[in-house]
Amino acid sequence: MSFSPHTVSLSAANGAGASTLDVSLGPQHPSTHGVFRMNVRMDGETIVKLQPVFGYLHRNHEKLAEKNSWLGSMPYTDRLDYICPITNNWAYAVAVEKLAGIEVPERAEYIRVIVGELTRIQNHTAFLGFILGDMGGWGSALMYAFREREKILDLFEWLTGARMMVNYMRFGGVRCDLPVGWLEKARAYVETYPAFLDEMEQLLVGNEILLSRLQGVAVLSGERAINGGLSGPVLRASGVDYDIRKVDGYGVYPRLNFRIPRGTVGDCFDRFMMRILEIRESIKILQQAFAQIPEGPIVNPAVKQRGFKPPAGEAYGRIEGPKGELGFHLISEGGEKPYRYHVRPPSLINLTLLEEMCLGAKIADVMVILGSIDIVLGEVDR
Amino acid sequence: MIALTPETVLVRVHAALPEARVELLNNPSPSGQHSLVVHRDDALKVAEFLKNDPELLLDFASNVSGVDYADHLEAVYHLFSIAKKQGPITLRMRTGDRDHDVAVPSLTRVWKSADFQEREAFDLFGIRFEGHPDLRRLLMWDEFVDHPLRKDYVAPDDYQYEPTPHGEIVPKAAAAQA
Repeated sequence: MSFSPHTVSLSAANGAGASTLDVSLGPQHPSTHGVFRMNVRMDGETIVKLQPVFGYLHRNHEKLAEKNSWLGSMPYTDRLDYICPITNNWAYAVAVEKLAGIEVPERAEYIRVIVGELTRIQNHTAFLGFILGDMGGWGSALMYAFREREKILDLFEWLTGARMMVNYMRFGGVRCDLPVGWLEKARAYVETYPAFLDEMEQLLVGNEILLSRLQGVAVLSGERAINGGLSGPVLRASGVDYDIRKVDGYGVYPRLNFRIPRGTVGDCFDRFMMRILEIRESIKILQQAFAQIPEGPIVNPAVKQRGFKPPAGEAYGRIEGPKGELGFHLISEGGEKPYRYHVRPPSLINLTLLEEMCLGAKIADVMVILGSIDIVLGEVDR
Repeated sequence: MIALTPETVLVRVHAALPEARVELLNNPSPSGQHSLVVHRDDALKVAEFLKNDPELLLDFASNVSGVDYADHLEAVYHLFSIAKKQGPITLRMRTGDRDHDVAVPSLTRVWKSADFQEREAFDLFGIRFEGHPDLRRLLMWDEFVDHPLRKDYVAPDDYQYEPTPHGEIVPKAAAAQA
């Protein structure tokens, strides 16, 4: 069976009388969240085959890292999932700290939790706007979401000098301390956030069209989700109780009290609701972190950042990123550059079951299903 | 319930599959993540055992990466147990050499999550995953010939002359303008 939809074509692939239509969706489709292509075969409007095509944003991130110093890759990690650069920094730092056995000061761990959870909130907020766009609700919801996201990016800009390309973490800590007044401003902002979320939830979740577009679409069982390597909110929406913040207990998460929301059906609606519920838990984490953050050093003074040479060996380190398990597999030969640097990208691996989820669905649902997974192509293609 | 460490897993594998060639590879790093090196001919049944054994239940193959060493290639799998909330267990498979004997069995039929990641390792390292349902390049384009993450890969000095699917457009455009 030939399947090469570089152009739209009619073919009689399903046997006598039946005709299917091959369409190449993307890479410039506005709902593919970047440059992502899907070759779909449709019978009427029903998907009978779907093949994702990757690589339009490939820049061989891993090869670049092998030619760079260990610290030199830190700013490049910002460009993986550019919606959440700080958590990318964090995952890389965690992997290197595992590799070299580095302790992180307590204040730095709290700062990491604060900026990490703010990142989760702004990622999930942006998600709420994006998925409405995928359903055809262009504009309003996205603008509402981006207004809130921008307030968090303002905090990041004040802290790091950049809205998105933050380059903020260091091995054994963070690059700079919180500016005077930052914590108060962040705390005041987090106080106002639930009012926005309540309004957003009321506007969206009560909407009949939204419910009919999301409920019962692309139901995924927990068993399939585990086997497919899905992680993060997409995995938990299928009812699997697995959050790396709890399982690995990295940083100061074991000291913070929060719950892990889970879905019951595993459809697009559960994946959508998962984001709203996770934002609420992140707010709880932030309030505790604001109250508990101690004074002290922000980076381990024993670590020489420039000319950093971890001992020979390898490590796999991971964190619970907003989109799922973000991991780094690093191999050191004891030199100034990594021998091997591999990113475990949740955005790519969460697409493993995309075809399975889309089969039997309508073409209009494909965008919603893709949107409910929440991908960023900077991380998919690397 | 046993704690999942490479040592305990190895004991269980040896007990259940005495003929399988699996050995422990020490990792000198402070991470202490030692690996299990499994001979590629035994890899599939070892993988199935790791996933299904009620004491191990390594149901989540989180990460797959290729590695290029001087005389062979490696496929490295980081396995976790979601049922037991433990891990990682690092599983490695080695090819015979870097040029001709580069096949290892695909573990996609055990863990679907390996699907795209094995394609990526095939694309960037040239490891052939035998039995993979759809072994095509993932990130580079289909017509690309080399494997860019290999240590001896030489990047072209002018990217303009890389053959791409759009290459034939250039002479057509020139002819149209003439």
